[in-house]
Amino acid sequence: MSFIEYSDLIQDGDVAIVHLGHNSVTAVKVQHGAQTQTRFGVIRHSTDLISQRYGSKVTCSKGGWVHVLHPTPELWTVTLPHRTQILYTTDIAMVTMMLELKPGSVVCESGTGSGSLSHAILRTIAPTGHLHTVEFHQQRAEKVVEEFKEHRVDHLVTVRNQDVCKDGFGVTGVADAVFLDIPSPWEAVGHAKAAMKKHGGRLCSFSPCIEQVQRTCQALTERGLEEVRTLEVLLRVHNVRPVTLQLPDFGPDSDSSSSSSQAAEEAPPSAAANPASLKIRTTTPPREMPGHTGYLTFATKPRT
Amino acid sequence: MAQNEDDDYEYRIKEGDHIVLKRGDVYKAVQIQRKKKVIFEKQWILLDNVVGHLYGTTFEIASGGTLQPKEDKETESSTDVKVAGTDNRNIVDDGKSQKLTRDDIETMKEQGLKNEEIIQQLIDNSSTFNNKTGYAQDKYIKKKKKKYENTVTVLKPTCRIIATMYHGREPGKICHLRYDTLAQMLTLGNIHAGSKVLVFETCAGLVLGAIMERMGGYGSVIQMYPGGGPVRAGVECFGFPTHFHDMLHEFPICRVNALLAGTLDTSAKDPAADIAEEKHLNAAAEQEQIQPEAEQQEGGPTEERMETNTGGGGKDREKVEREKRQEAKAQERKVKLEEKRRKLAAAAALLEGRNADGLVIASQYHPCSVLLGLIKFLSPSRPFVVFSQFKETLIECYTKLKEQGGTVNLMLTDTWLRHYQVLPDRTHPLLLMSGGGGYLLSGTTVATDHSEPAAEEPAPKRQKVKDSEG
Repeated sequence: MSFIEYSDLIQDGDVAIVHLGHNSVTAVKVQHGAQTQTRFGVIRHSTDLISQRYGSKVTCSKGGWVHVLHPTPELWTVTLPHRTQILYTTDIAMVTMMLELKPGSVVCESGTGSGSLSHAILRTIAPTGHLHTVEFHQQRAEKVVEEFKEHRVDHLVTVRNQDVCKDGFGVTGVADAVFLDIPSPWEAVGHAKAAMKKHGGRLCSFSPCIEQVQRTCQALTERGLEEVRTLEVLLRVHNVRPVTLQLPDFGPDSDSSSSSSQAAEEAPPSAAANPASLKIRTTTPPREMPGHTGYLTFATKPRT
Repeated sequence: MAQNEDDDYEYRIKEGDHIVLKRGDVYKAVQIQRKKKVIFEKQWILLDNVVGHLYGTTFEIASGGTLQPKEDKETESSTDVKVAGTDNRNIVDDGKSQKLTRDDIETMKEQGLKNEEIIQQLIDNSSTFNNKTGYAQDKYIKKKKKKYENTVTVLKPTCRIIATMYHGREPGKICHLRYDTLAQMLTLGNIHAGSKVLVFETCAGLVLGAIMERMGGYGSVIQMYPGGGPVRAGVECFGFPTHFHDMLHEFPICRVNALLAGTLDTSAKDPAADIAEEKHLNAAAEQEQIQPEAEQQEGGPTEERMETNTGGGGKDREKVEREKRQEAKAQERKVKLEEKRRKLAAAAALLEGRNADGLVIASQYHPCSVLLGLIKFLSPSRPFVVFSQFKETLIECYTKLKEQGGTVNLMLTDTWLRHYQVLPDRTHPLLLMSGGGGYLLSGTTVATDHSEPAAEEPAPKRQKVKDSEG
């Protein structure tokens, strides 16, 4: 496996995603002799995982079973160990398209955080692009380097442990795109511009607060960036389920018996005790949903 | 200097390039051809002059042609405002605040006055302008600028721009697929270099183009198409290098059943299908010609035909010529069919392994049968994503997949997109937002377990589903 290339069989050293049902997933590092406990029982890596096909059903010790999935940046995003607040797939998708990322793109990112977006960027820019990512927190920077190595994408990424607002990205004139997810992005706009190619590029800044957005937009305009646009994208999940709605009893119909017999036909036989009811297949919204993640501000650096 | 030019070579606009014209938030994709006039925002423009300039250059439109504008950074300050009111309590709408008449403005335009000069005239002749608040003055100038602006920017096409353009100009052609929804599809589908992706789309080729951009020429894309041939007008807009087309394959959806049953014969002739395809082929060829620039080429093919008909001399000569033409046409058709058969065999070979890495569906067809048919070509543990303008069709897909098993992580979603105006003391969401960008059903395939068809769902929920079916 690799996060940038599919393979069919699970191998020693892979990261496999165990799907426990009901959209509950967990990441497992596959190692000879290792075991993983799940609520369905234990998974023995040597026999249950290694050399099995990705996507296969694995029976655990208690007779329960799970599916083992090939890692993708999207699955990693929902299973990764949080060291910071992370970007989720909905925002990542928008960032990727609006920054015009594709194979070969050179991207600068800060901060690296937990590496949720980094993995998605690496997937998109492989096999010829490169990611320069800056994280000022030493422990986080070291941890993410380790993860990139484990996920076999380390040849595509350089992690720098420095303060992007003071020291920039460590590269100049190479980037097609810059992504900022830091508390004071306006302080990094100058460095972002310097990191970008002479021929121009795209910039994105992610901020939860509108005051941050305002300062960033001002800094972007002052530095001569164009097409400054701020937007917000929200995911709405629809739960598919059947719903039964009762029909009121209007009493006996003196004219004809057609309406009552029709209702009886539609009602399932089991509901005979009840008055007539109708079953529809519809979706219901979740009781609560994330209402705000962050504002995404995009801009274009013109040719200089 | 020479070195500098080499450096810029790939960023320069060349003849034959597919470009995107931009003014404000309006885009239009065109191909650069010598002496070809295109209409953009109610103006005719000639693109000859843009060749050789850098992408991203803004041009001012002169009479009939385009010219490079001067670096006009001072225009921002030229309409500087000094006097401003604090509120609008004394501003009365009597319709007489503007002293200039429509005719006056037309004359100024004819005299070839610069847009900034016209705007300045409008301001000078507005009796209420100085009483307006600073914000209202800004808004007034912005509005007038938009109206009298006479510039166009030439951009290199990208998925972002083309998806935005299609959504703005021709949403009907792309099943109202909004660009943020397309972005979700590419990410949920884990589209990346080196994979083998199946696509079924009737979005003018936009979705296909977006996928090809993300794959960068690495791997393979198999377009499953309905009718006589794939529609790829949208792909053309991207202006991909020729080697990108080597990764692109096509397979008619009407042969899927045969392929699944193992009865598809790509070597021998299949007369019935050939005739049907031949008909489609001609229709599709014409259609494809018209589609990219429907506005301008409408009259094209018919005109030519009329000319050849009326231009004939003697009856015999006409007859001979007609026969010749028919023969040539038949020959051409034969070659095309042979080519088509070869392509079919290549695509079938890719599909036969049933080991595709991704499936993307976005069409005006009911997605259920398409999904259930095509998902069989995927390897286990691969993502798929289905777009539909309507939620109900995806509810049915969801239900069928749950019944049949073989998938996990099923999600029915849509996204909500909101743009913001960010200005000092005037930050708020834009007044207008898109009502709906369609719905997505996404999930991951897993190995099918034949002994327990509905093993996907935990017991209590499965009970519910069964109830509803009964």
